[in-house]
Amino acid sequence: MTPCRPAMRPHWLAAPLLSLAVATPALAQEDPIKVGILHSLSGTMAISETVLKDTVEMLIEQQNEQGGLLGRELEAVVVDPASDWPLFAEKARELLAQEEVDVIFGNWTSVSRKSVLPVVEELNGLLFYPVQYEGEESSENVFYTGAAPNQQAIPAVDYLMNNVGVERWVLAGTDYVYPRTTNKILEAYLKSHGVGDDDIMVNYTPFGHSDWQNIVSEIKAFGSQGKKTAVVSTINGDANVPFYRELGNQGIDAADIPVVAFSVGEQELTGIDTAPLVGHLAAWNYFMSVDTDANYDFIDAWIEHTGDEMAVTNDPMEAHYIGFNMWTEAVRKAGTTDVDAVKDAIIGVSVPNLSGGHAAMMPNHHITKPVLIGEIQDNGQFSIVWETPSTVAGDAWSDYLEGSRDLISDWRAPMECGNYNVVRGSCGGNQAEEVAAE
Amino acid sequence: MRMLPRFLSGLLCLCLLLGLPLAAQAQDDPGQALLDPLDTASYADKGEAIEAIIASGDARSRRWLEALLGGKLQRHKDTGRFVVVVENRGRSWPVVDALSFEDAGEMSRRELDRIGINNALRGQLQGALAVLDLHADEVRERREAARALLGDVDASLAEPLRAVIDGEEDAEVRRLLEQALAIHRLEEGEAEAVDALAGSLNSRVRSALNAASRSEDPELAAAATSALADIEQKMKLNRGLETLYFGLSLGSVLVLAAIGLAITFGVMGVINMAHGELIMLGAYTTWAMQQLLPGQPGLALLLAIPAGFLVAALAGVAIERGVIQFLKGRPLETLLATFGVSLILQQLVRTVISPQNRTVVSPEWMSGSLMLNEGLSLTLNRLYVLGFALVVFAGLMLVMRRTRLGLEVRAVTQNRAMARAMGIRATRVDILTFALGAGVAGLAGVALSQLTNVGPNLGQSYIIDSFMVVVFGGVGNLWGTLVAGLSLGVINQVLEPWAGAVLAKIVVLVFIILFIQKRPRGLFPQKGRAAEG
Repeated sequence: MTPCRPAMRPHWLAAPLLSLAVATPALAQEDPIKVGILHSLSGTMAISETVLKDTVEMLIEQQNEQGGLLGRELEAVVVDPASDWPLFAEKARELLAQEEVDVIFGNWTSVSRKSVLPVVEELNGLLFYPVQYEGEESSENVFYTGAAPNQQAIPAVDYLMNNVGVERWVLAGTDYVYPRTTNKILEAYLKSHGVGDDDIMVNYTPFGHSDWQNIVSEIKAFGSQGKKTAVVSTINGDANVPFYRELGNQGIDAADIPVVAFSVGEQELTGIDTAPLVGHLAAWNYFMSVDTDANYDFIDAWIEHTGDEMAVTNDPMEAHYIGFNMWTEAVRKAGTTDVDAVKDAIIGVSVPNLSGGHAAMMPNHHITKPVLIGEIQDNGQFSIVWETPSTVAGDAWSDYLEGSRDLISDWRAPMECGNYNVVRGSCGGNQAEEVAAE
Repeated sequence: MRMLPRFLSGLLCLCLLLGLPLAAQAQDDPGQALLDPLDTASYADKGEAIEAIIASGDARSRRWLEALLGGKLQRHKDTGRFVVVVENRGRSWPVVDALSFEDAGEMSRRELDRIGINNALRGQLQGALAVLDLHADEVRERREAARALLGDVDASLAEPLRAVIDGEEDAEVRRLLEQALAIHRLEEGEAEAVDALAGSLNSRVRSALNAASRSEDPELAAAATSALADIEQKMKLNRGLETLYFGLSLGSVLVLAAIGLAITFGVMGVINMAHGELIMLGAYTTWAMQQLLPGQPGLALLLAIPAGFLVAALAGVAIERGVIQFLKGRPLETLLATFGVSLILQQLVRTVISPQNRTVVSPEWMSGSLMLNEGLSLTLNRLYVLGFALVVFAGLMLVMRRTRLGLEVRAVTQNRAMARAMGIRATRVDILTFALGAGVAGLAGVALSQLTNVGPNLGQSYIIDSFMVVVFGGVGNLWGTLVAGLSLGVINQVLEPWAGAVLAKIVVLVFIILFIQKRPRGLFPQKGRAAEG
């Protein structure tokens, strides 16, 4: 499954050539397999999501160059939900009901996923979701190829606690569901490891917050109490640039107070001058600087696809790479693109990831991933300083939250349940979710 | 595709051939033996290898340590040759040999293994480089080196440091080094060390004292606690000043964003929802200037000031001629039409440039902070923006009060028909006024590019705040905008520490709503007949 190096030509040429390929008799006998792409191409989230659309298009192109799937051509159906959460649901309906796509790759924010969820379940579609998220969800129709909290947040905190010796914690996040849930899990986790209330500071800021002076100054004061302090940041999107600038200007050095971020990757760093940030950390399951041939091939293909020598790759792109390959593998295994058959076939499918290992689809629709900790370098890349010895399986229901710790998810027969309560011995339904959200 | 492995293996042979004489040469070089132990996965072993390099006294050790610190020291995977990467962006990097520092051509990142470091090693390297810098000729460099050593002194460094202190001429460097030594003594449990640290506001000193105050030794704990109480007293004043500065700085951003609107909305009465996008255009102009003048971010930024003004002003003229002039006196339609313009401009930037944020580099002289005392420093970029906001405001006041244009603008807005009767070309005045307001928005964009992201969404985050400031200050009054912006900034920053950023914003909004209920015309209402129009 190593990706073939695509021929050396810019992608705008690819479209007409593709349509030529469709005309060839071998592939034209059957209708193409339709792959829906549901990523915002306009509005606030376009900054993160456009590259994911391009990634899936590149993967489809590569697949077609290898002869398509089941002897049929793949065809991308791109829609633009414009960073508008209700529009995500409408566009998902359009993809499934009108375009009749066989699979959807899409979404970034949790709220957009929650908006699409009932549509995909009602029309029995397949959705591959590539972004790290807060967990506490498992749907029969969704495959979560991004990290659950136990594949990103918890190992990062472990690293800081054990390898850096951090004793005081600032949990800083943007005020919405992912940071709130993640911080709740982290707070419970830290307390279970003997960290006192006084040594945890929690701070939330609005979306797009741009004035960080006071908060950074508070962090500075919080960190001068004689104990090693670290900031765990779930600050989202645009707000990171002014935050890191303020850190640099107020002279918070990574050696004094390291900041570990869960939402800052190569793509976000392209908007920042990283020289003052060297040494601050990020936790992901993939970095562009991973030193494997599979990764270099992927980067080369990406650079050729975008035609930009300086194009960067990031974690959600790798998640789509894995998700796409898992789906094609499952379709091949099932011999059909029928949703129910693929859903059953994909559990247990294992494909190579870009960091030299394998990713396997678990019965809870999450995948196995290695966890990497990287330090920011002055060229906008990360240098990997630590990684888990083996891959970690994604846990849909956190073990550190009341109500959620008794739930398991297993979509294989005979259980076929996304929130089975092991204490009550029954499939939980919505009650359990409400408890977990408390 | 078959060609590739053969090509690579050919390249490999070539490298091996090149590498052989080098390897032979390297064996004689003691440097190779020093660098070899660095190539290990264990950070502890790397730390020892660094110690060995420092101890060797090799003339090249400084360059090695700097390369290692920058992640530029790398090793060729096949030949094992150490190289220093000169520029590490893109796929293929120019390198120099790590032993001879001679040009070694270009190598791709596929062939190279980076000698990675982590934060602990980075601290060790910075400490080692700081010790070397203690012998620099420039007093400023020596002071910085001494400051960097605070909290980083260990037993091995204590003795050599005493010798350096005795030989040092500059009192400030001596004081800092003695403090660095005292922190070390404090960590060793010496209660007398507290005296040397008393009164220092440095955060590392405070951190060390805080740790000592929790010590087992009652004498040490008591001494540290009393020293801390004294420091806390001094810090209180600092914190007050700091909050004031934060508030003025946030206020200056609000003033800059709003002052263009104070002209187009306040003076002309046009509700321009595309105001934020004019700010965005100014920021993108800064980016474009930096692209045109690579390597000179400071000059580019200075040139961006007139350029940003012009670009935004021209865009303003286009909006005025293309949309607003047809909707005169129909505020609701103007609002909707300009909102449409703002969406078009955003998507235009996304399509033409990129949906991604663009990097705008801060010039050297705008990075870092101005240290007033050890516990209070003002971030330089915000200090410049504060000054810039005041200059822009003064310039605008001058234009409105002292020039012919200003006079005509005031005449037209107060009584359009009468002004026209007096021979003023009202249409021309409209265009120029709108261009002026738009241009000032462009200036705000240039300044904001130094504080926040330059991306398609930049404008959206400021449009609401801008209207808020103008309405609060009193529509049509530039002084009102200045006072309103600065005071809202200060109120926000005073509230933030105890209310949190989200609540502080809400409280400010509620306050403004209540205020407008009481005084619908804002802080400084216009008086006289003009106010009725």
